[in-house]
Amino acid sequence: MLFSKYDPLKKKQLQILNEKGEIVNKELEPKLDKETLVKMYKQAVLGRVADIKALQYQRQGRMLTYAPNRGHEAAQIGTAAAMAEQDWYIPGFRDFYAMLYRGVTLEQIYLYWYGNEWGSHFDEGVRVTPVNVIIGSQINHASGIAYASKLMKKNEVAVTAIGDGGTSHGEFYEGMNFAGVFNLPLVTLVQNNQYAISTPRAKATKAETLAQKAVAFGIPGIQVDGNDILAVYVAMKEAMEHARSGKGPVLVEAVTYRLGPHTTSDDPTLYREDSEVEIWEKKDPMIRFKKYMIDKGYWTEEEQKAYEEESDNYVGEVFRKVEATGEAELLDVFKYTYEEMTPQLIEQYETHKKFLEKGGK
Amino acid sequence: MAVINLLTAINQALDQKMAEDPTVIVYGEDAGYEGGVFRVTAGLQKKYGEERVFDTPISEAAITGNAVGMAINGLRPVAEIQFDGFVFAGYTEIVTHMARYRNRSRGRYGLPIVVRFPVGGGIRALEHHSESLETFMGHIPGLKVVIPSTPYDAKGLLISAIEDPDPVIYMEPKRIYRSGKQEVPEEIYRIPIGKAKVVQPGSDITVVAWGAMVREAEKAIKLLENENISVELIDLRTINPIDEEAIIQSVQKTGRFLVVQEAVKTYGPGAELMSLVNEKAFLYLEAPPTRVTGFDITVPLARGEMHHFVQPERIAAEIKKVVRF
Repeated sequence: MLFSKYDPLKKKQLQILNEKGEIVNKELEPKLDKETLVKMYKQAVLGRVADIKALQYQRQGRMLTYAPNRGHEAAQIGTAAAMAEQDWYIPGFRDFYAMLYRGVTLEQIYLYWYGNEWGSHFDEGVRVTPVNVIIGSQINHASGIAYASKLMKKNEVAVTAIGDGGTSHGEFYEGMNFAGVFNLPLVTLVQNNQYAISTPRAKATKAETLAQKAVAFGIPGIQVDGNDILAVYVAMKEAMEHARSGKGPVLVEAVTYRLGPHTTSDDPTLYREDSEVEIWEKKDPMIRFKKYMIDKGYWTEEEQKAYEEESDNYVGEVFRKVEATGEAELLDVFKYTYEEMTPQLIEQYETHKKFLEKGGK
Repeated sequence: MAVINLLTAINQALDQKMAEDPTVIVYGEDAGYEGGVFRVTAGLQKKYGEERVFDTPISEAAITGNAVGMAINGLRPVAEIQFDGFVFAGYTEIVTHMARYRNRSRGRYGLPIVVRFPVGGGIRALEHHSESLETFMGHIPGLKVVIPSTPYDAKGLLISAIEDPDPVIYMEPKRIYRSGKQEVPEEIYRIPIGKAKVVQPGSDITVVAWGAMVREAEKAIKLLENENISVELIDLRTINPIDEEAIIQSVQKTGRFLVVQEAVKTYGPGAELMSLVNEKAFLYLEAPPTRVTGFDITVPLARGEMHHFVQPERIAAEIKKVVRF
């Protein structure tokens, strides 16, 4: 019902909580209990603190290349919160808020960006796949996960995320089409943050919306205000129900904005005006989410201050732990290429180990 | 024991593994209803249903990329790419994910996937239907690469490949799909990945071949019957990891080394094998290690392919040259 009402071909966009923090779509406001909303909000605050601090650590020369998430809180946490316990999250690379929400630890997230593969070794039971750098390919992985869920009747939904730039990729089309053909339980979140590094959304496709790409796959597509956590949550909830009930995949476009650089190596002032950024700063998903929480009586300024401080301390502590891990062991970089090292790998490892033991570098 | 061809042996391996393990699934372009363009998967859909044996859209990246997801979530996919030259459309997923997922996740997700496709020329086909991809696959850490030359090996290697905890590229020499039958046991058996086979023992020269080239090498040896040359022929069977021991042991005995490959010359598997012999058996050598290969050209269409493909006469001439060095 939601999908027919918010038809992307008719340029409809779902919004429930506007940028002033007002409910503009009362009948669609999700009935989330206090506990859930507080959890979502706290995760968003913690995420933002960890995101800003990661950038600072990088600027201090303590962290390597990092892809900031600021601005994506509503899109990711609205999605993650709508998922069921058994569902899978298949991220792209700017997805750590959702990964954190789904059970990946901050230590693992930082360790990954610190340059250690152990940061992608998630705990048993955490249904999240590692950061995926090859744009578009995660759609096929998610589709494959969904195929297995369907075949083995596991009642899981695979939720994957991609950016506006990623929707230009062949694998986006191949994966969505494949999932459509087999009616797979897949929900794809497009985080349209307006830029693929420096290339603006208008140069990625002639299509007016990214949600309308669903039409060609024969599946529902919906565009939502991606800075409105309630709209994202409601659209995702419906999308996941659709997928879970065997009706096939859904494409959800969350219109948002990357408030920071693409990565720490990027200088966004080269390709976008400050005035544009200022407009989007006012639409910051956290401003309206906070107001909503305070208006509901679920949160206070005092709690905000205390929780920000707590998060700051916690994040600092985690990062110091990660920093202490240092360089990887030699065996680590050999051992996981295959389940068992091949004779060639054993020989290469042993030879280099001996070389190092004799003081070589 | 039934006498069957290589294609039927592959079908039998798939059938028996599907019967035994409900997580094994088979799919690819036309691989379901029709049983594939070569009919390798014929009859499987009828037996195991459309969910476990199915046709896909013409989407090689979806075929290989979905295999990654399927394996993450507990299946053992056996994905078919219709022809060697079409692999490239799905190559990104093989190289950037399939081969790396175990390492990327530090062992959290190993991917038990088999990607099968026909390789090599000799069926007078269109462009992109006659490629040899050993280098493209053998160069990638994280992949295992096998290629059978007999029905017996085809079945045993495929069963090992399906049971392997890591992704295995299973290349099928299409020109010998139906040529030549052999007794093949009815039951499940395994040919270990990473083990070569001495096809014929000898003392003057070691000749290494694989896939369809094993038969060409055998023909060459026949041509040399009256030349008083004792050839040790080794079928490599696994492109990666190479059975170094088998090759080195043989060269230590013969002192001479020749590789026969259908693939183009430059950076081909022959170069790797010759390096191996140089590194590990140099002092045993009586002659420079060498190779007979395809040329560094695009595989010609049907009217020119005979110039490119390695013929027994070329192999025989090269053997003589090395032995009389």
